[in-house]
Amino acid sequence: MSPDILFYFFAALTAGSALAVVLNKNTIASALCLLVSLVGVASIFVLLDAFLLAALMVFVYAGAVVALFLFIVMLLDTYGGDRKPFKKTTIVAASFGFALLALGLLTFVQRGGQETLATASPAELVPVGASLRAYGEQLFTTYLLPVQIVGFLLLIAMLGVIVLSKKFEGLEDVK
Amino acid sequence: MTVGINEYLYLSAVLFAIGFFGVLLRKNTLVIYMCLELMLVASTVALVAFSRFNRTMDGNVFVFFILTVAAAEVAVGLAIIVALFRRRQTIQVEELNALKN
Repeated sequence: MSPDILFYFFAALTAGSALAVVLNKNTIASALCLLVSLVGVASIFVLLDAFLLAALMVFVYAGAVVALFLFIVMLLDTYGGDRKPFKKTTIVAASFGFALLALGLLTFVQRGGQETLATASPAELVPVGASLRAYGEQLFTTYLLPVQIVGFLLLIAMLGVIVLSKKFEGLEDVK
Repeated sequence: MTVGINEYLYLSAVLFAIGFFGVLLRKNTLVIYMCLELMLVASTVALVAFSRFNRTMDGNVFVFFILTVAAAEVAVGLAIIVALFRRRQTIQVEELNALKN
């Protein structure tokens, strides 16, 4: 079965480069590994027949967000990019937290009662999310108010970023 | 054996846990922020998988909104980090201890 091999390949790619984000010495290399991981998630979306979301993932995350991250890293990083080695306590504590959360989540998935869904294979289900028409119908009927709220949120975020990055020289209290 | 919903949920759980691991381990604010983005993306994988296997549109539309909010969040967060760097000349969390003692 070729879709299965594709799923395992992209899952390994996504998880592996996510680990590389965490463990990389260089911040720029971390950002580029994040890019690979996000493209892996986009291909997982393609396997789930959510083509619009995969394209948006590449445009928004890989195009805008990672570019912004790279820009800020190059602007700010004063340590030449490389991190100091971890302390032993930090490694132990972080690994313990990771193991605890991973165990909890995996148990939650395993015991979550997905038996009715788990028996169905994606081949015999109709892909609802594949058509753009379905998105349009949902966004302009059921989710019309959230669309407007999100648009307003983007406007507010843009204004907030302008205010945050502007220097106020005449004002004492803003410092 | 075909890939069902459980495999996608396992992948989502593992991605979320890796993001959490990075938040705990790293000291650089920018890398911590990248790991937060990873956790957000991991939750969208679970939403799309549920939507696909339940044959509904709601999860997909929700991911659509999550993408929008994440873009706004990254812009504001990075602006805050830049403002922080301008005042304190560092982005390492162990040196940002103004609230200590």
